[in-house]
Amino acid sequence: MSFLLPEAGLLFWMLLSFGIVFFVLYKYGFPIITSMIDARKKFIDVALTNAKEANKRLKGIEEEGKMILENANNEQIRIIREAVKAKEDIISEAKKIAGDEAARMLEEARESIRNEKEEALRELRGQVAELSIAIAEKVLREKMSDGVAGKEYINKLFDEALSVKENKQ
Amino acid sequence: MTGLRYILVTLMFFVAGFQAGAAAHTQQNGGVDVKKIIFEHVKDSYEWHITTVGEKHIAISLPIIIYSKRVGWEVFSSSVFHENETHKGFFISTIGDNEGKLVELDEYGNEQRPLLDISVTKNVLSVFITSFVLLFLVLYTARWYAKRKPGDPAPRGFIGIMEMLITMVVDDVIKPNVGKKYRKYTPYLLTLFFFIFLSNIMGIIPVFPGGANVTGNIAVTLALALSTFLTINLFGNKEYYKEIFWPNVPTWLKFPIPMMPFIELFGVIVKPFALTIRLFANILAGHTVILAFVSIIFITMSVNTYIGSGMIVVSVFFTVFMNVMELLVAFIQAFVFTMMSSVFIGLSQPEHRH
Repeated sequence: MSFLLPEAGLLFWMLLSFGIVFFVLYKYGFPIITSMIDARKKFIDVALTNAKEANKRLKGIEEEGKMILENANNEQIRIIREAVKAKEDIISEAKKIAGDEAARMLEEARESIRNEKEEALRELRGQVAELSIAIAEKVLREKMSDGVAGKEYINKLFDEALSVKENKQ
Repeated sequence: MTGLRYILVTLMFFVAGFQAGAAAHTQQNGGVDVKKIIFEHVKDSYEWHITTVGEKHIAISLPIIIYSKRVGWEVFSSSVFHENETHKGFFISTIGDNEGKLVELDEYGNEQRPLLDISVTKNVLSVFITSFVLLFLVLYTARWYAKRKPGDPAPRGFIGIMEMLITMVVDDVIKPNVGKKYRKYTPYLLTLFFFIFLSNIMGIIPVFPGGANVTGNIAVTLALALSTFLTINLFGNKEYYKEIFWPNVPTWLKFPIPMMPFIELFGVIVKPFALTIRLFANILAGHTVILAFVSIIFITMSVNTYIGSGMIVVSVFFTVFMNVMELLVAFIQAFVFTMMSSVFIGLSQPEHRH
């Protein structure tokens, strides 16, 4: 067979086979595959764009989060400071109240002590007076037992009492 | 290391097989006609010889379909020639330009070809098998895609390879060369690429249903080139035809003697021939070189059995190397044919020049 002369039969069958294969693949083969590949490419492109956008948003959200965190920190510090101040105020006020109360209680105690002291003194004085009277009674009784000496002693006491009264006036 | 061991064992099997085969072949024939061996393997035939077991040839008989002035349409199996040399006046020629072809005798006793021979030869059957396999592979892939949505995971395995090849051909060959209207031509160019690629791969496979020299046959490459020629010229735009028949050159170059239109027209006719010869020559050369390396065994065996045995290792090494090279060539040739077709189609869609 001469290699450079095409055989009509093979040419005919080849054209027929290739034509049929092309027709079938043109109808039901390659367009489905290529359109799906294109659709997936588009899908990937869109997904990538969305991912970029999401990343961008995420970065924004992160920034926002950082800002919120920073604000929260500042607020926390402020609140803590305020709390500390309030605590100190409360303590100082409590101290003041406690001091006042203590002073008041001290004063009351002093007053009570003073009253009790006075009462004690009064009681003591009464007892002393009673004792003095008793002693004086005994002394007087003894002295009054002698009539003359008794009268002289009464006069002397009378004079002394008058002189005290005059001195007072 | 394990891989290397497997390769060496496989090579040893090849060597042993070749040695036995070569010894038998040289003993049978007494000498070696390398040209005949190569031509028998690369030429077309009316039956598909698979192997020979002892004296028995195992072959697939194919239908012969002819139209002759003498007997009209005739359809019969090529197996009839196993029993008789002639059938209704037809026989296979063994000499001259018609060697291996079906002929009949005219009234002067000269061999002549029937008016029409559309027999299903070895290459035709191989084209059918390739077409069937291609249809199956692409339709299977298309079916896979039809069942999925764009958001589904990307394919793996075979479908992944198909997608990789399709994307490569579309993005690297069709889009840049055809231009804006590439979508219209994509199915044709993809069919072209896969048909050539699959035919080339089938040609490398040494056993049935492979081994036929399909793309190394000028009729096949001519049919493919004619398809591209028709695509170019049927869908070429006005500007394309204007550039052929009234190109933008000084008037004296196109009137009264249409020199430039003639050159342009010549270019239009030459394009399919360039496609035809390039693919045909490359694949035929590849097949021939592989067979020549294999034939070294037969030649050296006929000279001396010991030298022949030594040469088997060299021959098997070169044959394996050439087969690997042919794999690359199978892809490159399909790629180049598709690329050139894309370029020619792109040239038939020129933009209007102001």
